[in-house]
Amino acid sequence: MGRKAISIFAFLTVFCLATPMMAQDEHADHSNDSTHSAVVDSHSEAHHASDASAHEEGEEEFNAAEVIMHHIADSHEFHAWGEGENGFTLPLPIILWTDAGLVTFLSSEFHHDDAAHHVVEKKSQRFVKYHDKIYYASETANEHGAYVSYDEEHHPTNIKPLDFSITKNVFSMLLSVVLILLIMIPAGSSYKKNGGIPKGVAGFIEPLVLFVRDDIARPNIGEERYKKFLPYLLTVFFFIWLNNLIGLVPVFPFSSNLTGNIAVTFTLAFMTLLITNFSANKGYWKHIFLPHVPLWLYPIMIPVEVIGILSKPFALMIRLFANISAGHIIILSLTALIFIFKSLWISPVSVFFVLFMNFIELLVAALQAYIFTLLSALFIGLAHVEEEHH
Amino acid sequence: MDLVTPAIGLVFWTTLVFIILLVILRKVAWKPILTAVEEREANITNALRSAEMAKEEMLALKADNDRILREARIERDGILKDAREMKEAIMKEAREKSAEQSEKMLADAHEAIHNQKMAAITELKNQVATLSIEIAEKVLRKELESKEKQQSLVDSLLKEIGNN
Repeated sequence: MGRKAISIFAFLTVFCLATPMMAQDEHADHSNDSTHSAVVDSHSEAHHASDASAHEEGEEEFNAAEVIMHHIADSHEFHAWGEGENGFTLPLPIILWTDAGLVTFLSSEFHHDDAAHHVVEKKSQRFVKYHDKIYYASETANEHGAYVSYDEEHHPTNIKPLDFSITKNVFSMLLSVVLILLIMIPAGSSYKKNGGIPKGVAGFIEPLVLFVRDDIARPNIGEERYKKFLPYLLTVFFFIWLNNLIGLVPVFPFSSNLTGNIAVTFTLAFMTLLITNFSANKGYWKHIFLPHVPLWLYPIMIPVEVIGILSKPFALMIRLFANISAGHIIILSLTALIFIFKSLWISPVSVFFVLFMNFIELLVAALQAYIFTLLSALFIGLAHVEEEHH
Repeated sequence: MDLVTPAIGLVFWTTLVFIILLVILRKVAWKPILTAVEEREANITNALRSAEMAKEEMLALKADNDRILREARIERDGILKDAREMKEAIMKEAREKSAEQSEKMLADAHEAIHNQKMAAITELKNQVATLSIEIAEKVLRKELESKEKQQSLVDSLLKEIGNN
């Protein structure tokens, strides 16, 4: 099992590095400006994204930070491979809640534009996409041909409609749900067929389920109450773990940075917050609002305790977000070395370190899922304070 | 800053998808898996408990057997002792009876011998008397063959009577 996983990983890592290297050759003359030198990036969107500033300099430099940030951010389309017409980008549905109600169209209608150059008109409203955000377009284009107006910090000042689009991350999440169900439904139904004996995929899933139950839920929540929270903890564990792993696979339709997205970690942490506080008993609230300290300390203690309610899930949110994003940033940075040095000879170093990082990330993927689940269970357990302790 | 600003759309979809996933998984995966595991654990606990019970039962059975064996042995010893006692008693009785009988037989024999002796003696006496009478007759016949002798006897007898 272990050897197979290693060989798969080695293959994927090489693949991950090979893709941008091949892109280098294709890229040489792909530009809309005569003075461009070769722009190298593994994600062609960055090319569009970086045009505004690069045009002014007259030479498009490889901007590693921009490429990396672009990768770990969400996107309205899913770039699979290649460049422009030769490449393939999966168009994703854009769903907007505008002043005139629901507006839906495919992201391909922007024609890969990400600099507010291309205006899409729907329900007599005009939209532009700028840095992967949808804005109501300005009446006229500015000096760069973009239908947005900027503030002093070069941020668009246009109003944004509420964006409920199926973005790359939502797409990836749905994919992960399909994968989870493909694994879990056979696992769950195999028991009936085999008379309660774990066979096949259930033999792999059951130890993990038991791990969550016996090492996470039971000791932290307690024997009487743990069963109620087990479905949430199990779902959160497998959801985070699988999405962490999906983020590590560098090829389409994987590679998204879902669990490294603050919106996702926020949502998951918020669920833990809700479960923690709605399952809390009297002792917990008493501990917060009537702590066993002298009365004059109440003005200090109560705010501290109230902050504590929020800080615990806040830490959950930040921890998962930071760990997974950092992993993506490191791996992309190491890959970017090749393009920063503009030398193929640096690639063995990149390959070695990316491989090394991928192994660590493989561990981190499971570890962060475990930590998130463990701390959720711990917070739920802590919210049930026994009265006699005071 | 974009990096740490949660997008409303993704929050919405994550909430929706996660809750649906939770509901589906609870039904199709967690429930069957956990139920199967709990059933298995209950089975194992039961099996262990019944094994423990069987062990205890066996121990009890063994103790019972030992007790029965011990009792049987005691009973056997008792029976043997009784038998021995009975044998002794029977033998003693038999001895006593035989002694008694032999004594009685002896006594009977004595009596019989005595009786026979007495009968013999009587017979002898009778025979002697008969013989004596016969002899006396013969003697008398001889003595009183002649007239004078008869006379002399009568005389003597008369004389005797006269003396008295």
